[in-house]
Amino acid sequence: MSGLNRAAPWVVLPVLILAALPAMAFSSWVTLTLAGVAMGMMLFLMAAGLTLVFGLMDVLNFAHAAFVTLGAYLAVSTLGALSGLVEANSLVLNLLALVVALLVAAAVSGAFGFAFERVIIRRVYGSHLQQILITVGGLIVAEQLLVVVWGAEPLHVAKPLLLRGSFIIGGAAIEKYRVVAVGLGLLVFAAMHLVLNRTRIGLLIRAGVENREMVEALGFRVRRLFVGVFVAGTALAGIGGVMWAVYQELITTAIGADMTILMFIVVIIGGLGSVTGCFVGAMLVGLVANYTEFLAPKLALGSSIALMVLILLWRPRGLFPVAKQ
Amino acid sequence: MPEVLLQLDGVHTHIGRYHILHGVDLTVQEGGLTMLLGRNGAGKTTTLRTIMGLWRASAGRIRFDGADITQMATPDIARLGIAYVPETMAIFSQLTVRENLLLATHTGRFDAARLEQVFALFPVLKQKFHDAAGGLSGGQKQMLAIGRAMVEQRRLMLVDEPTKGLAPAVIEHLIGGFRELKAMRTTILLVEQNFHMARSLGDEVAVMDNGVVVHTGGMAALADDEALQGRLLGLSLASHQ
Repeated sequence: MSGLNRAAPWVVLPVLILAALPAMAFSSWVTLTLAGVAMGMMLFLMAAGLTLVFGLMDVLNFAHAAFVTLGAYLAVSTLGALSGLVEANSLVLNLLALVVALLVAAAVSGAFGFAFERVIIRRVYGSHLQQILITVGGLIVAEQLLVVVWGAEPLHVAKPLLLRGSFIIGGAAIEKYRVVAVGLGLLVFAAMHLVLNRTRIGLLIRAGVENREMVEALGFRVRRLFVGVFVAGTALAGIGGVMWAVYQELITTAIGADMTILMFIVVIIGGLGSVTGCFVGAMLVGLVANYTEFLAPKLALGSSIALMVLILLWRPRGLFPVAKQ
Repeated sequence: MPEVLLQLDGVHTHIGRYHILHGVDLTVQEGGLTMLLGRNGAGKTTTLRTIMGLWRASAGRIRFDGADITQMATPDIARLGIAYVPETMAIFSQLTVRENLLLATHTGRFDAARLEQVFALFPVLKQKFHDAAGGLSGGQKQMLAIGRAMVEQRRLMLVDEPTKGLAPAVIEHLIGGFRELKAMRTTILLVEQNFHMARSLGDEVAVMDNGVVVHTGGMAALADDEALQGRLLGLSLASHQ
């Protein structure tokens, strides 16, 4: 692949952002761009595990959304229990409440992810049809279990006091919570990038995504590695669920399932198995959704699918394809 | 007399509903280079993959250094000191040359002396150490695949058609590399269609046909017996100089 060809996917994002500028007032452009990036970051958190799970073991996990939903409901309970911190007039205490909710969601989602892999996923390795059927079934069962625990009524999620509202900078409204979402998304992306590129585990994951069999022939147990990746992926989905729930403020058991199509679009646009691709794909989907909703609301619903079609016409294996053998 | 390092007794392998190996008997002597020859579809690649546990033997027994490895998982077989260089080379194209080599070390660190041996055999790997492996030529990828198998001390190397699709000059270079490995007393089981290479390198030879070993003996004896070559392989080594 030539250097120009490799660099091309990186150009899409700034081109999209700059192309939107002439179509709207500068203040609207700033607001929508930040909103798009924040939505993209939350989508990235939700979808990052999905791309690695598919890339490493060819597992199509439609139940991934259940872990997003679980994270969202854990946010309700954790932030509800920490109402003193949530309503405190202190940014530190507000952030502490959010961090606790994120840690609880990551731990619980990861634990359920481990059980889900051991009980269900391990039985359907190698069969996409069985994976789709059993994980869709798992998603339905999980949603009903959440109804049993938290009830069927929509629940309100308490957003920490000082993360409510917006800054106004140069006429542009910048929602405070979105800034936190962008910060967290960047932090997670940087951490994943470091783990994947600077550690031996990361080296094994990257190699396993490309050629699982050869990694085993070199003496490494890919299945064990996959369990770790699956748990990390579900923990990230839980974190994404918390962030999305606090952003939405009112949640139902469909909060994760509603994001399933967007998560798969992100993963496909980015290139199956590519974390960088997932990151760029999530940004693109977030930005296109926000720009379209402002410029042509009637087209908003199909904007992500149109984006995916255009990207796949240009690069049929996604923006950052992972060579699989 | 050299000891038997690897022994296959009546090994059968099924892939789906296809019965590929029909009772393979094969021995590999420690410290030697055994050629595994045969026509396309004879079962050579399946034999190597079955030894590595990538395809499970449905009957028979595989022993490595006296231990039964027939039902062991691939990673455990590899950790006994068996390196595998598949026909596809299986280079991780998105990783650098360094990362490809590093993956083959179980400690995550290079043994400097061993790495220098790899570089001495294949200097291009030193030049391209930090380059993406996907950018290497076919011959360079093959050198990397072999380098990866020898970057740590192995007891046995299983190598599947390393010269396939390579230019003659690159093949000569690889032959030189395998000579060096032989000099280091590395035990090698080498599948090859290039008879010039087979004759240059082989100590022992096993010929396969229709999923069984139909001939075993010294490589030199087979190389000198055109009638036997014709009967076993359907051609003469003399025509493949």
